[in-house]
Amino acid sequence: MKQIVISFSVATVLLLAQASTALAMEEFSLTIKNHQFSPETVTIPANTKVKLIVKNLDPTPEEFESEKLHREKVIQGKSQAVIFVGPLNPGTYPFIGEFHESTAKGQIIVK
Amino acid sequence: MFSTAILVFREVLEAALIIGLVAVATREVASRVKWISVGILGGILGAIGIATMADVINNAAAGLGQELLNAMILSAAVLMLGWHNIWMKKHGKELAMHAKQIGQAVSEGQQPMYALTMLVGLAVLREGAEVVLFLYSMFASGTPMAQITSGSVLGLAVGAAFGAGLYFGLLRIPTRYLFRVTSLMLLMLSAGLAAQAAGFLVQANVISVMTTTLWDTSWLISERSIMGNILHALIGYIANPMGIQLIFYIATITIIGGLMWLVEHPISQRLFKPAVVVIVMLLAGAVLVLSPKFHGSSNHVATLQINAN
Repeated sequence: MKQIVISFSVATVLLLAQASTALAMEEFSLTIKNHQFSPETVTIPANTKVKLIVKNLDPTPEEFESEKLHREKVIQGKSQAVIFVGPLNPGTYPFIGEFHESTAKGQIIVK
Repeated sequence: MFSTAILVFREVLEAALIIGLVAVATREVASRVKWISVGILGGILGAIGIATMADVINNAAAGLGQELLNAMILSAAVLMLGWHNIWMKKHGKELAMHAKQIGQAVSEGQQPMYALTMLVGLAVLREGAEVVLFLYSMFASGTPMAQITSGSVLGLAVGAAFGAGLYFGLLRIPTRYLFRVTSLMLLMLSAGLAAQAAGFLVQANVISVMTTTLWDTSWLISERSIMGNILHALIGYIANPMGIQLIFYIATITIIGGLMWLVEHPISQRLFKPAVVVIVMLLAGAVLVLSPKFHGSSNHVATLQINAN
């Protein structure tokens, strides 16, 4: 058992050591209001990691979720969250607000 | 009501399937109902705690607390599963011979039951925290209480029914094969959880290598469909996995499966420790060798892109 713990710790430490240093990253912001994203379409450059800043102006929590982007993050009411996106190939990547799926929809277009 | 039921169902399903599987894997343990209940109750309390502290968690670690917490919960669950599976292999022969005695030993508080209780707790905690936040969101945006309650009860009931279905379905397997089936399923479960953990580490920007999607089978089985959800919960199905997720998946199966095999087929006491050391070194080596290389190549791509522009 000790060996498993050790191997997992080694892996974790190595991966943490790989954590990217804070490079100057392009930022894109969008807001959530009345359970809707604004803008609903965000265009980002291909093959580049960018920072998505999602501001939730509603008083209620929302979950930013995208299967295709591999992202899911709860954003509390009246607060904001940072979501790193990319590097991605060109294409369209839909996302939703899972807590209000019928209205909270959007897409990231990678060019 | 139905949108509430669907979300609650989706979250409950994963935990319910894990509980169903744990209940089958521990069918010999006299006090399993107590242990599993403790796990569920602890998970619910933990979920409420996490939901209450969501602001603190989200602001922790430069805004990446949520991702890191998820990765930690999932990794802890993987450890618990590995622990259980290896212990069970070690005692597999005795189990076959003195099933009852082992049942006794386990119910007297040996570690494997703790491990699975923790697993149940962690599964409920992770899925439950989201349900609590969602229900709060519904409540705060003025959805009538009756609608929230009926929706969540329906979602919970259908989710639990799937868990029960898995439980009774597995019990139909002849006893002599059942142990093999459950340990294989627990092994796949641990690999799936490890792949999910990798996803959160990528999201937290801790891992930034091999994040390219390998394939996309969402046209066949979407992760949001019921079948996709079940496969995701049980074998870690991801419609469009990233390279690093596949690596985590295979590494988990190799390490836990390898240790299970070693426990059952001891090469000899003398060779056991070196073998473990080799596995660990290989894993560490793979991470070290692959990372800078992939970093380099992705930077290269980025540079080319800029030049092209």
